[in-house]
Amino acid sequence: MAESRYMTINMGPQHPATHGVLRLLLELDGEIIVKAEPHIGYLHRGIEKLAESMTYPQALTLTDRLDYTSALSNNLAYCLAVEKLLDINIPKRAQYLRVLMAELQRIAAHLLWLATHALDLGAMTLLFYAFRERETIMEILELATGARLTPSFIRIGGLASDIPDTFLPRVKAFVEDFPKRMDDYETLLTENIIWKKRTTNIAPMSAEECIQYGVTGPVLRASGVSYDVRKAYPYSSYEDFDFEIPLGRNGDVYDRYLVRLIEMRQSNRIVKQAAEKLPGGPFAAVDAPLVVPPAKEEVGRDIAALIRHFKIMEEGFRPPCGEVYASVESSKGELGFYLISDGTNKPFRMRIRPPSFINLAALPKMIEGQMVADVVAAIGSIDIVLGEIDR
Amino acid sequence: MAKCMAGDLLKENFPEAVRDCEEFRGETSITVDAGRLREVMTFMKEEEKLCYDLLLDLAGVDFNDRSPRFMIAYLLHSTKFNNKLRIKTTVAEGASLDTVSDIWLAADYMEREVYDMFGIIFNNHPNLKRILLTDDFVGHPLRKDFPVKGADFDQPLQVCLEEEQ
Repeated sequence: MAESRYMTINMGPQHPATHGVLRLLLELDGEIIVKAEPHIGYLHRGIEKLAESMTYPQALTLTDRLDYTSALSNNLAYCLAVEKLLDINIPKRAQYLRVLMAELQRIAAHLLWLATHALDLGAMTLLFYAFRERETIMEILELATGARLTPSFIRIGGLASDIPDTFLPRVKAFVEDFPKRMDDYETLLTENIIWKKRTTNIAPMSAEECIQYGVTGPVLRASGVSYDVRKAYPYSSYEDFDFEIPLGRNGDVYDRYLVRLIEMRQSNRIVKQAAEKLPGGPFAAVDAPLVVPPAKEEVGRDIAALIRHFKIMEEGFRPPCGEVYASVESSKGELGFYLISDGTNKPFRMRIRPPSFINLAALPKMIEGQMVADVVAAIGSIDIVLGEIDR
Repeated sequence: MAKCMAGDLLKENFPEAVRDCEEFRGETSITVDAGRLREVMTFMKEEEKLCYDLLLDLAGVDFNDRSPRFMIAYLLHSTKFNNKLRIKTTVAEGASLDTVSDIWLAADYMEREVYDMFGIIFNNHPNLKRILLTDDFVGHPLRKDFPVKGADFDQPLQVCLEEEQ
């Protein structure tokens, strides 16, 4: 091997600060990074391939396992794509509940990010506070969905069931309490001199660079580009809600931190509005009997409903031929599903546009020329989830 | 409005390259000739009236029994005009396609993934190697003729055999 003045070190795949099985090959000149190359694929399960052999309702369960910190957003993105293919209308109540849950999930995902990002950079205290609030959200979501990490609760045509009576009071209590908790977190970090020194001007990306690399989500907005799918292409009645898109200026780790913190407050606002304005009515489409299975009571009473239930569970349904792309703003960025239907009950092709995968591609650009100690800050600031990168 | 404009502008500037323009559920897809792909893409990005500066997605599709066999779909977004457009092109088995990774750096990883999953070669790509699978993996899993269950585990893996020799 040729002599090189640079030292190559291997970071990961088992490393506490790479948030999963990410392996980075770093070429170092002293403490400065000359070249960085991510190696991924350790968690590859072939989700896109598996989906081709499953019916549309079955493939929904795969989406939970993409970004496992915000499974409901993934469910939502997939359902929106299939619903677009089927061209069915979703009742307002279901749309509002979807928004409410997706935003609660966003807060939970951002709290997990905040806790681990701060922990990576040595601010351990925050982990305990952030996980306390995350636990509250998990309990609220469990109350409605029955699961913590893989709910598969948002179904094609609406939701799996209506919410229990105890759900809304708990959401409202959380929404009232949460801004105070946010203030507490901010006293720990926002003006903390050590935190600022570790994050300001670290791994900066300009707006042009972000767009070149296809970066979306909080990382893009921290660089000052106002692109949020919720505003750009509103879905699931987001246009009914009043919220703002926070923008950063320098595009460094500190700005990404600030953007995510404000996003949590804005999500809290959306949850509050959704809980207050929640309309009555059905929780799933009523005019799509071949897509939405009948209610349990009906199945017990009516033989035709029982047969219909079996049909949907066993065979699924056949959307018309065509191709659609539907996307949502997940906690990481734009999560999109590109579905191609050939008229059968299984997707001909399900392409997932994973925000983390594309954001990760910008990591080498971010850290080249920076100190090796800042790699951890940069990885944390992109907020990657390997389940989504490797699929 | 800008959507139809993209189609019209393309037809105006590249009359022989545009094969097809279809609309489904409010999404526009334009199929272009693979040989003119780079010209079209540069035009899409540079033209002031279009300004598709963000490459959102790049997906490969295997149509197995169709000819040409593969389709590549590029999803573009314009941050200036806030609209999306899909550009599609076809690739025959064994043929290669020009890279767009110098037009949008985002295409670097996405093209690597398409190469990994479908075995489509992108000309002039700076670092075309497998990305999600290991370098010694045999086959391209998202091709329709690749079995869902993967390799036959009753047989010794091809990789192991090579090591023994």
